[in-house]
Amino acid sequence: MSIKRLTKKTEFYVAIILIAFCLLVQVRSGQFFTPNNIVDLLRSLTIPMMFAVGEMMVLISGGVDCSFPAIASLSMYFVTTKMDGMFSSPIPYFLVAMLLGLCMGAVNGFIVAKYRFPAMIVTLGASSLWIGVMQGILGSSEYPLTSALYRLGEAKILTGTNAQTGFSSNLPVHFGFAVVLVLIGWFILNKTMLGRGIYAIGGDEVAAARAGFNVFGTRMFIFCFSGAMAGFIGVCRASMMMTVNPNNMIGMEMDVIAACVLGGVSLVGGKGSVLGAVLGTALMTLVANSLILLGIPTVWSRVFTGLIIIIGTGVSAVQEKQRKNTLHVAVSEE
Amino acid sequence: MMSKDNSAKKPALSFLDNSSARMIALFVLVFVVCSLLKGGKFLNADNFLAMFRQFPEYGLLAIGIGMALIIGGIDLSAVYLANLSSIVAGLFLHHFYQGTGDGGTGLVLLSFVVALIVGAAGGILNGVLISGLGIPAMLATLGTQSLYWGLGVVLTGGSTLSGFPKVLGTMLNKKFGLFPVTLFIFLIAALITGIIVQRTKHGREMKMYGTNNRATLYAGLNNFKIVVTTHMIGGILAALAGIIMWGRYSSAKADTGSTYTMQAILIAVLGGVSPNGGSGSVTGIVLAVLIIQMISSVLNMYTFIPTACRQIVWGGLLLVVMILNFYLDQKKKNRH
Repeated sequence: MSIKRLTKKTEFYVAIILIAFCLLVQVRSGQFFTPNNIVDLLRSLTIPMMFAVGEMMVLISGGVDCSFPAIASLSMYFVTTKMDGMFSSPIPYFLVAMLLGLCMGAVNGFIVAKYRFPAMIVTLGASSLWIGVMQGILGSSEYPLTSALYRLGEAKILTGTNAQTGFSSNLPVHFGFAVVLVLIGWFILNKTMLGRGIYAIGGDEVAAARAGFNVFGTRMFIFCFSGAMAGFIGVCRASMMMTVNPNNMIGMEMDVIAACVLGGVSLVGGKGSVLGAVLGTALMTLVANSLILLGIPTVWSRVFTGLIIIIGTGVSAVQEKQRKNTLHVAVSEE
Repeated sequence: MMSKDNSAKKPALSFLDNSSARMIALFVLVFVVCSLLKGGKFLNADNFLAMFRQFPEYGLLAIGIGMALIIGGIDLSAVYLANLSSIVAGLFLHHFYQGTGDGGTGLVLLSFVVALIVGAAGGILNGVLISGLGIPAMLATLGTQSLYWGLGVVLTGGSTLSGFPKVLGTMLNKKFGLFPVTLFIFLIAALITGIIVQRTKHGREMKMYGTNNRATLYAGLNNFKIVVTTHMIGGILAALAGIIMWGRYSSAKADTGSTYTMQAILIAVLGGVSPNGGSGSVTGIVLAVLIIQMISSVLNMYTFIPTACRQIVWGGLLLVVMILNFYLDQKKKNRH
């Protein structure tokens, strides 16, 4: 890929900003490039990165999913409390949670694909519904984690120790799951006909249908995939935290959507890459976790998140506007 | 839509085609069902007073968010803008008020003006980000949601602002018989925005923009002005809601009423605002506010139902109403 083409990519700019930010934190605090800080960052990147893969697919198809934290919380809470101690292997917990997530995703997918309602409003409604079921009917409260998942939470890939301070952090196996999930997402989007269909529907639904893509089926797949992944991620989160906290994922949807868009995934569909979504998520996680190292009080963190969303999406929106304008000029000059 | 000459052969239930008639029918139905379920407990003065006290704050937010939906957008920031307005107004009071709880009527009124200015400014910022920079409404207001919420946290240091002149509480909790003063604030604001949306050129332009904003651009309308004005009105309505919440609790906090966003979207869609933009009325939204309040009050009377179950009702109702509207509209199309 030539340099000129590279500079036209959003991913390129996000990567540069990411590196610049890392260097800034390093210069200000001297604590950035320490093994425990890097491991901590990778650890907090795990869950948002997995969510971003599912969300990105929905966004590329021209929709949006605001319900995945609710789906993740409900399926996680159900399997960890209702199936507590039933199995000695973590796998059944993951499978049941994924099945529950799949069913809830299918509800979203069916309503969005059949009635063509705006996905945001449908998934907001569904989100409220599932959270209500969890808090109202299952009566969500903190709960000790079942032993099979607890043991999984203790498994680690490596440990990063800071030689100066003596602090150390563990990188849980879940980071490996996240990497696998990212690769699966990349494979589906880039190497399969289904992936082509997702891009085609997001670009122009009517054209995609004429070209022979199954619009209804593709939409159903996307929401089912996102739902099943949410179930999986919910259980991951609980085992990483080593406790069942049903409410601490609620509200993550907005940060994940913003991270995807920062990474160049178009909110109107048809455009985006797995690399971009991962870079966008990394940038959001980095900023949220490094404010303390920069000496900024934590009460400011929400303001910074807001500013990043506004500036990041503003820049790409203005670029898009200019690109459209130059396109018009080019056409009229011919 | 329906011409006069075929009205003679209308089927019996065809008045349901009209979304306002549909709303009135639903309103009467819910009222009757609530009365039958709870009888004297529902149909009594105390309950009505309680209901009139509860809905103005989220009703105002619903009208503001409904207006954003009419122009084909959304406003996720309204609740936090409401809180930010009352926080800034509260800090203004803290700064200038010297007494120990007495007096200060003039200052309190002045602080309301401060809140309204903050609301209008926040709304204008939303509009500029959406129309000026071209950020999709959902992301722009998601960003400002975080921003307004964050500013509220920074200004209060994450805690609750209190210690205001007593007149703040007495002024906003005053009632005339069955009717609290906040109900009048709601009705006046609803009347004014209703006239703007349903009777003025701006209202027509809003709906045209919501249907097709490229067409309005080519038709020579000022798209920027339409979006900014609409969000500015939404911001002012949010500030009014903020003032009411501030008066109700005599304190201001960055995250009061965080479940109202979802509820306000539900109310707007229930009230006949098209989730795709382009149509909707304030009359419908006001009726939907009343319907939601009646359901909420009756659910409250069943003490064995946990409050969190209301979220099931709101979410489920939103989906069911959208699907029902879809089929009713389809029927109407087929008949033509």
